[in-house]
Amino acid sequence: MTTPLIETKGLKKYFNTPGGSLHAVDNVDLKISSGETLGVVGESGCGKSTLGRTILRLVDATAGEVLYDGQNILNFSQQQMRDVRMNMQMIFQDPFTSLNPRLSVGEIIADPIEVSRTVRGRREIREKVRELMDVCGLPERYVNTYPHELDGGRRQRIGMARALALNPKFIVCDEPVSALDVSIQAQILNLLMDLQQSKGLSYMFITHNLCVVRHISNRIMVMYMGNVVEVASRDDLFSHPTHPYTKALLSAIPTTDLSRRNSARQILKGEVANPVDPKPGCRFNPRCPYATKSCQEQQTLKEIASGHYVACSVFAG
Amino acid sequence: MERKLLEVRNLHVRYNTDEAVVYALNGLDIDLEKGETLGLVGETGAGKTTLALSIMQLLPQKVGQITGGSILYDEKELLKFSVKDMLALRGDKISMIFQDPMTSLNPVMSVGDQISEVLEQHFPELSKEQKSEKIDEIMNMVGIPSSRKVEYPHQFSGGMKQRIVIAMALIAEPDLLIADEPTTALDVTIQAQILELIRQLKVKFNSAMILISHDLGVVAEVCDNVAIMYAGEVIEYGPIETVYLKKDNHPYTRGLFNSLPELTRNVDRLEPIMGYMVDPTNLPAGCSFAARCDRCMDICISKKPPVFSDGAHSIKCYLYQHWADK
Ligand SMILES: Nc1ncnc2c1ncn2[C@@H]1O[C@H](COP(=O)(O)OP(=O)(O)OP(=O)(O)O)[C@@H](O)[C@H]1O
Ligand SMILES: Nc1ncnc2c1ncn2[C@@H]1O[C@H](COP(=O)(O)OP(=O)(O)OP(=O)(O)O)[C@@H](O)[C@H]1O
Ligand SMILES: [Mg+2]
Ligand SMILES: [Mg+2]
Repeated sequence: MTTPLIETKGLKKYFNTPGGSLHAVDNVDLKISSGETLGVVGESGCGKSTLGRTILRLVDATAGEVLYDGQNILNFSQQQMRDVRMNMQMIFQDPFTSLNPRLSVGEIIADPIEVSRTVRGRREIREKVRELMDVCGLPERYVNTYPHELDGGRRQRIGMARALALNPKFIVCDEPVSALDVSIQAQILNLLMDLQQSKGLSYMFITHNLCVVRHISNRIMVMYMGNVVEVASRDDLFSHPTHPYTKALLSAIPTTDLSRRNSARQILKGEVANPVDPKPGCRFNPRCPYATKSCQEQQTLKEIASGHYVACSVFAG
Repeated sequence: MERKLLEVRNLHVRYNTDEAVVYALNGLDIDLEKGETLGLVGETGAGKTTLALSIMQLLPQKVGQITGGSILYDEKELLKFSVKDMLALRGDKISMIFQDPMTSLNPVMSVGDQISEVLEQHFPELSKEQKSEKIDEIMNMVGIPSSRKVEYPHQFSGGMKQRIVIAMALIAEPDLLIADEPTTALDVTIQAQILELIRQLKVKFNSAMILISHDLGVVAEVCDNVAIMYAGEVIEYGPIETVYLKKDNHPYTRGLFNSLPELTRNVDRLEPIMGYMVDPTNLPAGCSFAARCDRCMDICISKKPPVFSDGAHSIKCYLYQHWADK
């Protein structure tokens, strides 16, 4: 079996808060192969961004391992990390706040190249910037404009050009289209998929939009309060959702499909709580219509079909 | 036929800013019958909020200006209402829910007191006990334990705050509820709760509603009819069942549908609408969508298309010229 490009083992990120220890990411195991897109879905606050940031070492993990190409990067030195970091980039939801407002489009994209010195020489760098802009569908005339002069869709293209500047292998896309209008969203999704094809990129694609995640992902991971509750191939997840939370999530999606319009919806009661010092057992338990006594025990992911994992003692016991 | 509750005709609204004049609404028409739910869909800057604020007469003073058209509410011209009459109408007959629930909530007052204040305004005859009973009933109706009425807004989650705001908007049993993106900031499972609540309360109080959203799916869930907006005009209008058949549509509506990944159908590539939204300070003489339209003809550039109708379904596009004769 080939080594996955990215793997986490028992990854945890706890935050100390006045109320206690907040388990933002708790015991996450995942694998992402070369050229693959893993979609990560779940409600606000379930730990999606924290997971992405912990994998990229933008925040320090509390426990566990992050393997890049088989090596645990959590105990890499700064020197070793510098090389790995070039291969791992991030694209953010709000391109505006993640771009330096004082730099022009050309300067923003050139910045990582100059810092890492992967390309040297003024002319060569300018050529590389032009090429990146072209790949990301930014007309060359924008090279001297500033991000605030551009709309959200074009700003997101700048964010992508910058992320691609060092020829990464893996990109965490954190809600890259959530702030965009649907017509622009579709342009950016197409661009992300084209780039993946031509450059063999791997993505961890974070979103709360289930239609988008279904479109772009090979496999999908569903999170609830820091835990992974279900992982499956895109088609298995949508045709055989098994964890009660996954089922509720899929049932709640509003669609433009008239045949689904009057189908009964499963409406969940209650809301997601903050995972401060959580009790052992399934964290979805208080909202779950199928909860039994066994749910108060520690849940682990079980393989219910090839490549389809569920953490639920009732449906995958 | 039911009498019209609201008739907006050829409405023109602009914002006069220091830099430029923004043409936000450019000849907009909508109709609403009693008890009807109309979805108003459009992308950023289409003019959805401007329409809501125009009906409520809450456009920013000096900057926002209605330059033409009419808004008939119950056959009375709202644009001729005095400030006092408008205030009474807003409290009593028309309610609005904003995307950010904190627009409607007072951060330093318990939610129970805020509901009580609304009750006081609409049902001054209620005794203290009756009021208290009614507050409990309302809170339970929106799924929040009435014991929490002593708490302040910041102690509730976004979804709970929005539910309280919806309850407050509906206590007065308004004839018209305008909800501007009421679920956009919420998670899908919470959104489903809110949409279900809106559906139930609408039946209970028989209010008409304008639901503003950029999400075609949300609108399909709760609305009877849909109006698609582009650059301050309604470019397509019809019953949900007709528009969402995806058979006859304005090229812009078709573009929106093709931009959306679907839940039950795999497509390798989405077909986005090309280009970007037109500049509202510099609108073209012909169809506003012409520059982005893959079926643009000569006439579209020179002349604004009128409305062509096929029964209840109408489209502002020369591709449907043949409909006019029916
Ligand atoms: N720096 C921090 N200090 C304390 N708590 C934090 C910090 N960052 C995140 N959290 C908490 O960790 C949990 C997970 O947050 P995170 O931002 O990862 O969620 P998310 O799934 O990305 O949510 P969203 O969909 O809203 O972006 C939340 O409860 C959040 O409040
Ligand atoms: N106070 C204002 N001053 C100047 N221009 C304004 C003002 N309010 C709105 N506009 C402009 O009027 C146009 C219509 O705006 P409006 O807020 O009605 O759109 P919308 O459809 O509600 O968009 P969104 O989906 O972003 O809420 C936009 O071009 C907007 O920039
Ligand atoms: Mg996040
Ligand atoms: Mg708006």
